Amino acid sequence: MPCIEARSLRKAFGTTVALDGVDLRVEEGRILGLIGPNGAGKTTALNAILGLIPYEGQLRVLGRDPWIERERLMCDVSFIADVAVLPRWIRVSEAIDYVAGVHPRFDRAKAEAFLGRTTIQRSSKVRELSKGMVAQLHLALVMAIDARLLVLDEPTLGLDILYRKQFYDSLLNDYYDRTRTIIVTTHQVEEIQHVITDLMFIDRGRIVFGCNMEEFELRYAEVTVKPDRLAAARALKPMHERQVLGRSILLFDQADRQQLAALGEVRTPSIADLFVAVIGNQSGAPQAGNVPRQFEGVTR
Amino acid sequence: MTTLSQTGNGPFEPQPAPAAALAPTRPFYWSVRRELFEYRSIYLAPLAIGGVVLLGFLFVLVRLPRTLQTAMAMEPLAHRHAVAQPFDVAASLIMMAAFIVSIFYSLDCLYGERRDRSILFWKSLPVSDLTTVLAKACVLLLVLQVLSFAITLVVETIMLLLSSAVVAGSGFSVADYWNRLELYQTLWGLAYHLVTVHMLWYAPLYCWLLLVSAWSRRTPFLWAVLPPFAVVIFEKIAFHTSYFLNFLIYRFSGGQEATGTANANMLDPDMHMTPGPFLLTSGLWLGLVFAAVFLLVAARLRRQRSPL
Repeated sequence: MPCIEARSLRKAFGTTVALDGVDLRVEEGRILGLIGPNGAGKTTALNAILGLIPYEGQLRVLGRDPWIERERLMCDVSFIADVAVLPRWIRVSEAIDYVAGVHPRFDRAKAEAFLGRTTIQRSSKVRELSKGMVAQLHLALVMAIDARLLVLDEPTLGLDILYRKQFYDSLLNDYYDRTRTIIVTTHQVEEIQHVITDLMFIDRGRIVFGCNMEEFELRYAEVTVKPDRLAAARALKPMHERQVLGRSILLFDQADRQQLAALGEVRTPSIADLFVAVIGNQSGAPQAGNVPRQFEGVTR
Repeated sequence: MTTLSQTGNGPFEPQPAPAAALAPTRPFYWSVRRELFEYRSIYLAPLAIGGVVLLGFLFVLVRLPRTLQTAMAMEPLAHRHAVAQPFDVAASLIMMAAFIVSIFYSLDCLYGERRDRSILFWKSLPVSDLTTVLAKACVLLLVLQVLSFAITLVVETIMLLLSSAVVAGSGFSVADYWNRLELYQTLWGLAYHLVTVHMLWYAPLYCWLLLVSAWSRRTPFLWAVLPPFAVVIFEKIAFHTSYFLNFLIYRFSGGQEATGTANANMLDPDMHMTPGPFLLTSGLWLGLVFAAVFLLVAARLRRQRSPL
């Protein structure tokens, strides 16, 4: 059974279409990075998955309909909506007591142990904690829940780089066990490149790209092309071209590596570069028919 | 539909999920607890008023021997009134504090969690919207009333001990003082009033405020107050009638007619505590039906409303 399965998921707010027929399938045990520009529908998609908003189309999360069965689903699903949703008036000890009180799968010892490694005082109120500490507290609460799906919507927004690094380290080392599924959305794309197992781009309410990370590394190559080989490189139909410090950097999809090596320095692109190529091609002038090939077997 | 017995596939065999089964009342209990974490004024405000009452009572104590002296000459009812008045005032003030708290609490509790976005945290836990709304209603209809009674009981016990010491010290009979005071009457009258008026008769009022709190996107207080006010004005201008206004007055004060406390000090020992007619009032049961409907609508709204 897939962890999440959506078919023609649609959601409109008035005349604004936030989700325009999303098809999505996430298997258990994956860490999916859901990337998209502002207003692309990321949060709407996550809210639908979490049973926070009604939707049209079909959606099953761990076999349940989230809108109908949110309460029961939340026994198996945890989420951090963004850094600032812990109530500011609550004390750390009260937050632990409350979650322990209502959640059948909360392990208090785990939460205490995690907090023990931070400088957070039990008697502090959330409003007295720094933003990074609030994120640590929320993570401690969530990681102590034995959930099958964890949804993170911009979990590190506004945190400094140390906290951000620590956040993902904790997640991978102390939480992820290859049976749990994690979905994360973020604008700090580069930080999750080595965290995620699957990648998906969403734009204007549609999934416009999706692959797993092994595929990603095999398929895409970025070449800093030597000036004299530029014409030859362009002949290989790059999906994107950009200029950095006067050098041309071309992004190729499924090109022959040996051929590329002759053109210049080859490396795996960053997610951000691929994102710009895919989304940029989408919204800007279409580049020579490369776009449709991207989406084969991904959408619809 | 889902069952826990999915077909296993490869390494993703469903875990046996040995979730320590929680009693179904636990989320409710903890939802009530969290209201007390959040709104400390629920118990702090009546406690503070209780403290102020005790402080003020010290001045009453100074005058107590003279009051008793003059009361001796009065007829029994006036005598009772003279000695018991501070106790009645104490009970009324604490009840008033609890009432004011409940107005503010009911208007804020479902609005505030959306305003500060903490609703996203509450909704990330396996607690249903109905459980949450019922917990808030329980705070209003039960916790606040029980608290207000308990605080009154403690405050008045202290008052009784202090005044008894003064009475004995100034040569009067403590037994006679207690007899005149009839404190159990005050407390019994208070309990009766809290249950009939605040718990039962005002239930639709509190639940209406909860609904407004769940519904409004801003200024729930105005949304709770202005529309009824507008209806009253409209009716007056358009039809020259005041049915709605009379209905509101009946809702706010009419409960006392039904509870047999009309035109009398609600804590007067001679008031008629006649639950029979009260229980037969259609207004009571209609009100409770409306209260239930308001709660269901509030729960539905909470499910659909997103953070502000």
